Amino acid sequence: MTADEDQLNTAIKAGAQMLGLTIEPAWMPSVRANLEVSLRLGKLVEEFPLPDDHEPASIFKA
Amino acid sequence: MNQPASSKPDGADVTTLTAAEIAQGVASGRLRASTVVADTLARIAKDNPLLNAFTDVTAERAINRARDIDTTIAAGKPVGPLAGVPFAVKNLFDVKGLPTRAGSKINRELAPAARDAVLIERLEAAGAILVGALNMGEYAYDFTGENVHDGPSRNPHDTTRMTGGSSGGSGGAAAGQLVPLTLGSDTNGSIRVPSSFCGLFGLKPTYGRLPRTRSFPFVFALDHLGPLARSPRDLALSYDAMQGFDAGDGACVERPAEPVTSELGKGVAGLHVAIAGGYFRKGLCAEGIEAVARVARALGATQELELPEVARARAAAYVITTTEGGSLHLDRLRKRPQDFDPATRDRLIAGSMVPAPLVDKAQKFRRWYRARTLELFEKVDVIIAPATPCVAPKLGEQIIKIDGVEMPLRANIGIYTQPISFIGLPVAAVPVPLSPLPIGVQIIAAPWREDIVLRVAQHLADSGTAVAPSPPSR
Repeated sequence: MTADEDQLNTAIKAGAQMLGLTIEPAWMPSVRANLEVSLRLGKLVEEFPLPDDHEPASIFKA
Repeated sequence: MNQPASSKPDGADVTTLTAAEIAQGVASGRLRASTVVADTLARIAKDNPLLNAFTDVTAERAINRARDIDTTIAAGKPVGPLAGVPFAVKNLFDVKGLPTRAGSKINRELAPAARDAVLIERLEAAGAILVGALNMGEYAYDFTGENVHDGPSRNPHDTTRMTGGSSGGSGGAAAGQLVPLTLGSDTNGSIRVPSSFCGLFGLKPTYGRLPRTRSFPFVFALDHLGPLARSPRDLALSYDAMQGFDAGDGACVERPAEPVTSELGKGVAGLHVAIAGGYFRKGLCAEGIEAVARVARALGATQELELPEVARARAAAYVITTTEGGSLHLDRLRKRPQDFDPATRDRLIAGSMVPAPLVDKAQKFRRWYRARTLELFEKVDVIIAPATPCVAPKLGEQIIKIDGVEMPLRANIGIYTQPISFIGLPVAAVPVPLSPLPIGVQIIAAPWREDIVLRVAQHLADSGTAVAPSPPSR
């Protein structure tokens, strides 16, 4: 296991504790694989430059 | 007063008729609603054990409702445009008296719904008859139509293959001629994918057009409801019956109904049609390439255009989906993780851990992508794109091979649908009847132009380019 992989496992365990979730050891590879996909795709979105005043699509109407 | 005849129009098997044909037969008195329902229930009893499309059959309710319609007609009173048309709904719609299971084990322990979903009420107000609830992927987080609790819905054209999901039963029931009309939901493609795999016409309306009131959610920011059928006219008839504001859905837009059925025959003259290139040309199987080419030829489309930053749009839809889903189910994940489909559970757990800045950025990007994409519709009326990268895969398949490249199947079935629903554009999926399996093409227009996508779908049906193939006889 590389240092990055170890860090992600640590993050998942910490996240599960914070959210009150139980992740059995057998589920860990699948949870991890799914989170890796989300983070990879999230990075693609995050890298796209947008100005600070750009509004999100979800705007609450009072 | 005309006494309704018990004979069927031209001696046809009622279950092979379209919704429009049934409604016309019932309204004219050539066909009894009770006959339609009896034949439909018999067809479900015969074919559902194999297709596994229905999880609940509301037989008594349907028989009573058909009797009421026949009585109304016998009394010479008017009936609605869908009089006597049997329909069924994905089991995330509330059906009075049934727990809304949403494909899950956990939700079937809920109390029975006290009232039907708004769209069911509207279809029944138009004379349609609910006959049951349909199989679906757990909590709609699915593109396959497989379900570990209820078993997979099976593709009527080849029962060893997937229907597509998550509205799998909606695809199987309509394509298998168990009913002429079904309702599904589409967050990232769940109406268009089963339409493609099962060879159906499907309508994903503009986001906010049809109210989702009293249906079980998946991703509020992206959820749409809509019909699947074997003809574009049936989509139009049902869509017209379902339009209109309802305050129970916070995203539903206060916009007057804009009927489309009367527009269907207007043809495509004057419409500027373009083909989605770039992203939508990559990873597409030979059948998909052929289907898009046939539709393009039938519409005289030669111009290709590229949607801006499509891969990023798909990524942003993915991030919003997984995080909203993870949040929605967080408490169930805490308390009953063993009762989920493991594949759904692990995706939702992962979704709950995605850092918040990525979600915020995805919503900001959504606004940017919407603005750039809408600019394209200043120059074109319609964009055509493949619906799925492949024809219906075998049940249980995990890997798809396209152009010799192996890819994970589940993550890639929605690559062409996700960037379109991400900004709520209206889409008609149309079936191109290739052999041995059909495949769908998306007809996409600017927001609120359901009239255009259905006009195009009707033109393609009239020209024989888009046809819902009949299932093999069993």
